[in-house]
Amino acid sequence: MPDPPSPALLSAAGVVKRFGHVQALRGAAFDAYAGEVVALIGDNGAGKSTLVKVLSGALRPDAGSMTLGGEPLDLRDPLDAQRLGIETVYQDLALAYDLDAAANLHLGRETLRRPPLGWLGMLDKDAMRAGAVEAFRSLRITLPDVTVPVRSLSGGQRQCVAVARAVAWATRVVFMDEPTAALGVVQRRQVLDVIRRVRDRGVAVVLISHNLPEVLAVADRVEVLRLGRRVARYASADASVKDLVRAMTGAVTTEDPP
Amino acid sequence: MTRPSVADIEPVGPAGQRGRLARLARTNVVWTLGVLVGLAAVFAALRPEAFAGPFNIRTIFINAAIPVVLAVGMTFVIITGGIDLSVGSVLVFSGVVAAKVMAANGAADADWTVIALGSVAGVAAGTGWGLVNGLLVTKGRIPPLIATLGTLGMALGLAQVATDGSDLGAPRRLTDVVGNHLIARQLPVLALVAAAVAVVFGWLLAATRFGRHTYAVGSNPEAARRVGIRVDRHLIRVYALSGLLAGVAGVLNLAKFSSTTIASHTEDNLSAIAGAVLGGTSLFGGSGTIAGTVVGVLIPVVVNDGLIILGVQQFWLFVAVGAVLVVAVFFDQLRRRLRDRD
Ligand SMILES: Nc1ncnc2c1ncn2[C@@H]1O[C@H](COP(=O)(O)OP(=O)(O)OP(=O)(O)O)[C@@H](O)[C@H]1O
Ligand SMILES: [Mg+2]
Repeated sequence: MPDPPSPALLSAAGVVKRFGHVQALRGAAFDAYAGEVVALIGDNGAGKSTLVKVLSGALRPDAGSMTLGGEPLDLRDPLDAQRLGIETVYQDLALAYDLDAAANLHLGRETLRRPPLGWLGMLDKDAMRAGAVEAFRSLRITLPDVTVPVRSLSGGQRQCVAVARAVAWATRVVFMDEPTAALGVVQRRQVLDVIRRVRDRGVAVVLISHNLPEVLAVADRVEVLRLGRRVARYASADASVKDLVRAMTGAVTTEDPP
Repeated sequence: MTRPSVADIEPVGPAGQRGRLARLARTNVVWTLGVLVGLAAVFAALRPEAFAGPFNIRTIFINAAIPVVLAVGMTFVIITGGIDLSVGSVLVFSGVVAAKVMAANGAADADWTVIALGSVAGVAAGTGWGLVNGLLVTKGRIPPLIATLGTLGMALGLAQVATDGSDLGAPRRLTDVVGNHLIARQLPVLALVAAAVAVVFGWLLAATRFGRHTYAVGSNPEAARRVGIRVDRHLIRVYALSGLLAGVAGVLNLAKFSSTTIASHTEDNLSAIAGAVLGGTSLFGGSGTIAGTVVGVLIPVVVNDGLIILGVQQFWLFVAVGAVLVVAVFFDQLRRRLRDRD
């Protein structure tokens, strides 16, 4: 496959992850470049979510090596990744459902009042609320009220909150595990717009989606995972849905032979 | 019991007046407060002199003081999705430790330095038990119910071993100034201490990062972990906080009764849990407020007081509290099920 000339921003090779007897990743490789949307596709259970969790520090791999900007990358937890500008929209969203959208957007990164109250850990709720409203506005995401518990939002709105949280903090890489899965047409288009805007900021956007036309429409490149291994890479411009399906089902394998 | 559904949420501005009011009306505190006021009104109508007089009102606040301190800690624990059954025996244990220190340095005539030292020792002992609970729950992966049931037994047993079954008294200064004193002949010191605890920890829960993380951990521990909250460490702190407040309650108890007996503390955990749950704290974790808990503690105290004034046998209170607790949890559970259906 023709690689872009610059080195990958985020690169992984030989990643192995077992869950008991299940081997979710069997030497998977992955690359993402700054300022691109790369789609990670594969059949159910191919290991996409597991790979994303490894690359975002939520899971420790059993083997494999990763680099970020050419430097070796060793993530002990998601906080490590976040400090490096890597954010994730998890498939399960990972929201605190009893807290409101503003609180979720800032969870773990709360804005505190100025000292002395800040020393006591007192929250600056107004600032966070304003920040959340601004974050949603800049992504053109409309929420009825950022102060109701996320639990009372619709599935699509919850997904928007998770997306907004990730892109608000990401400076280098953002992983989105099926961010459009529960969305209606309008919100889906919104999220895809958000993805393009984040890419234009120079961030590498990694999109996981089962919607292949959507993938070809929004992604610059596509990497295909099958049975825990990368089996093919395409530039979207050069690929058709049929190519992607053939790679996903094992009809063609263009790289990383076992 | 109503539940907020998506359709109920009117699209109001982020911090608008209607938003505030709507949010307030959604909270359980308002309804619980209504129940409390209603109960008080009934008793006041039946026996205006005896119930609504300053003496009885003071009695109610004095009786609520120690349960409030315990229930505040319990609220934090329950919001994390846990439970602390050990508070009653940690109270007794802390009282014993405090009393021992005071007895060894002047006993009934101990001065304020000794009293302070003993109080600190008692609170530290309570915090220690809380830490044990936290470590058992997080590092030991023992369910909170079992872990704190274990420490309930251990703390109580050790308290009895330490006193050899006998009762220890408190220094006179402690009982006179903290236990029975009324500031300006009206305000009981015990109730003021409890109010201060409620305000400070209410603020901690509602306005600080610590409080926010407490809700997050109870709401979705995995989500909390993924945003970098150290869930185990936070849980240990919350159990330690509950232990610390049980220690404070132990010292207050010593000041109030000048006694370290176990009697009347066997159902402390029930009343603390009932207070939190009646006040709207969900046993499933993730929601609850200190204001609600204070109201929730006052309800059984007021009922108890009213029953005494009416001459009804007090044992009925335990029946009532137990039944109300079960009903409250049933409704909470029902509400969650309805809400999570979609
Ligand atoms: N925590 C876990 N414990 C045990 N097995 C797991 C766990 N997480 C994933 N697996 C297994 O690892 C394999 C890969 O799962 P993964 O979720 O990564 O797939 P996926 O490509 O994201 O699938 P989908 O498209 O359905 O989301 C599956 O067989 C799954 O059952
Ligand atoms: Mg997945």
